[in-house]
Amino acid sequence: MTDKTNTNTNDNLLLDIRDLTIQYVTDSGTVHAVENLNLRLGRGETLGFVGETGAGKTTTALGIMRLIPSPPGVVRSGKIIFEGEDLLEKSEAEMRAVRGGKIAMIFQDPMTSLNPVMTVDKQIAEMIKLHKNVGEAESLKLAGDMLELVGIQRERMRDYPHQFSGGMKQRVVIAIALACDPGLLIADEPTTALDVTIQAQVLELMKELKRQFDASMLLITHDLGIVADICDKVAIMYAGRVVEYADKRALYTSPLHPYTIGLFNSVPDLDEDKEALNTIPGLMPDPMDLPSGCAFHPRCTHATEECSKSKPPMVEAGPGHFVSCPVRAGLKAQGGE
Amino acid sequence: MIRYILRRILFLIPVLIGVAFCVFTLLYLTPGDPARMILGDMATENAIKEFRAKEGLDKPFLLQFGNYIYKAITQGDIGRSYITKRPVMNEIMATFPATLKLAAFAIVIAVVVGLPCGILSAIKQYSVFDTLAMIFAMIGLSMPVFWLGLLLILLFSVHLRWLPPSGFDTFKAMILPSLALSAQSISMITRMTRSSMLEVVRADYIRTARSKGQKESVVIWVHALHNALIPVVTLCGLQFGHLLAGAILTESIFAVPGVGRLMVESIKMRDYPVVQGGVLFVAVAFSVVNLLVDLLYAYIDPRIKAQYR
Ligand SMILES: Nc1ncnc2c1ncn2[C@@H]1O[C@H](COP(=O)(O)OP(=O)(O)OP(=O)(O)O)[C@@H](O)[C@H]1O
Ligand SMILES: [Mg+2]
Repeated sequence: MTDKTNTNTNDNLLLDIRDLTIQYVTDSGTVHAVENLNLRLGRGETLGFVGETGAGKTTTALGIMRLIPSPPGVVRSGKIIFEGEDLLEKSEAEMRAVRGGKIAMIFQDPMTSLNPVMTVDKQIAEMIKLHKNVGEAESLKLAGDMLELVGIQRERMRDYPHQFSGGMKQRVVIAIALACDPGLLIADEPTTALDVTIQAQVLELMKELKRQFDASMLLITHDLGIVADICDKVAIMYAGRVVEYADKRALYTSPLHPYTIGLFNSVPDLDEDKEALNTIPGLMPDPMDLPSGCAFHPRCTHATEECSKSKPPMVEAGPGHFVSCPVRAGLKAQGGE
Repeated sequence: MIRYILRRILFLIPVLIGVAFCVFTLLYLTPGDPARMILGDMATENAIKEFRAKEGLDKPFLLQFGNYIYKAITQGDIGRSYITKRPVMNEIMATFPATLKLAAFAIVIAVVVGLPCGILSAIKQYSVFDTLAMIFAMIGLSMPVFWLGLLLILLFSVHLRWLPPSGFDTFKAMILPSLALSAQSISMITRMTRSSMLEVVRADYIRTARSKGQKESVVIWVHALHNALIPVVTLCGLQFGHLLAGAILTESIFAVPGVGRLMVESIKMRDYPVVQGGVLFVAVAFSVVNLLVDLLYAYIDPRIKAQYR
């Protein structure tokens, strides 16, 4: 990504990840979870972060929070610039003020994200006390307000997590995340563990609250339908790298990277009465032993000899539409698409 | 909650009757006539007959058992010692305080030592401390109590002459037996705390707590510890029960005048009513401790409490 053409002017830029590389060093080998990842998020934007399981989405999110479990996780290189400051340079104490206060995270599984032996009001109040200068009673009152905001009756604030359903637990988690009005909300597959009707409700709530709190959001998902519904921008991740980054509209109308196209084709389409889904041939590469060059080349129908040799750079194929596939970007530039 | 407690106490009754039945049957089947044992060899046939009639010993087995249970429940009368001729209940009550003290001391030592060791081991996994703690826990678990007891006596009583080798009347005398008895519990509590902590620290809600910007010390000591303690509390309770019931060896080695030693002595002298009463008493103590542990468990784990209705 080059600065001159990016639609975000610098003061509109909230999060700018540059060349982030995160590995897990284990006994059986080094997992290249995130490799030279670049990502930008403007103020007020919602960025959809899409990729198959194991692509490194959660790792990226934990990297931003500086919560990569270590060992085995190691941040090898890169910068995570948030509001103009590199989070990787911050001390642990400075980071604690960022976590929850400026960047809040919603985790994948609401069933296990709440402390089972603490009432939910205390869990929300804990967040409030950490970042706002209020006493115990006031924090509990605010916690009750937050619960009402996410659609849970105040009377239930003294309940324990096991007394709530999955969808309600996720609402509690959302209440915790938004309690201190964070500038950035990272939601890691917030609805994957919920059943479909509840998914829609929770997403609607998040959409509404994001607007109300004027927060930016990094929404991790592998559901392109959710992305279409909520996001402004989309980043497609494959084997630890962002392979395509664009406005939602541009990405949905003219996806460029062969992997992105494969993803779209594998979404079931009700209008077309096809027998089988078009799945992408081959499997996700072993993250301990990534293919040389473009990690996608063994599964790619467009692959040339060059693809297996050098890592493809991100090129801007259209305004604000970046793709790391020289073959396809070239085609587009020649008007071949 | 009250209903749960009452139900648990009700459940205790069949268990205890079962235990009593087993012990009573054993006693009934052992050779030797209780009447003759109590009245002595010099007693006349008539006196014996009279005694048997008075004590109901000429009745059928089940009736005798029923009578035994009835007297145990209504009068706390569980027979008389063949040797001292005193009620078994008195014998047990005279020795129980020592056993209780010994077990209580041992469990306190086990918790006070085992819990912090386990927590530290988990926080500093694979450190020198962790390795040493795990080695000691291994030794503590595998060392038989009688051997450890003898080693302690050799070191602290014979060589260093710091502590008396037997008795249980002074605080100093209580140290060695409690220590010997607690070794296995220390080891088990250390290991359980460590593994429980290690598991909990990886839990999602710990990550949530960190993502709030919470201090690592609060994350560990508030969020992780409370959850990690849940299985440890159960273990401590079970251990306390075991210590109460299992103090026999320790009491024998250190000559502690407790229920365990009373039972050993009674077995040696074929004083069956005392043996029977002792077993019954230990079973009651064990069950009561278990009940208390379950209640404590409900207190610290709200998920369990919800089921107790
Ligand atoms: N603690 C860890 N130790 C070792 N490897 C790990 C660890 N956490 C993640 N990984 C590996 O890092 C890679 C990226 O994992 P990550 O959880 O970031 O994927 P993801 O994109 O979030 O997948 P999902 O959609 O399943 O959540 C995977 O290959 C995973 O096996
Ligand atoms: Mg994930």
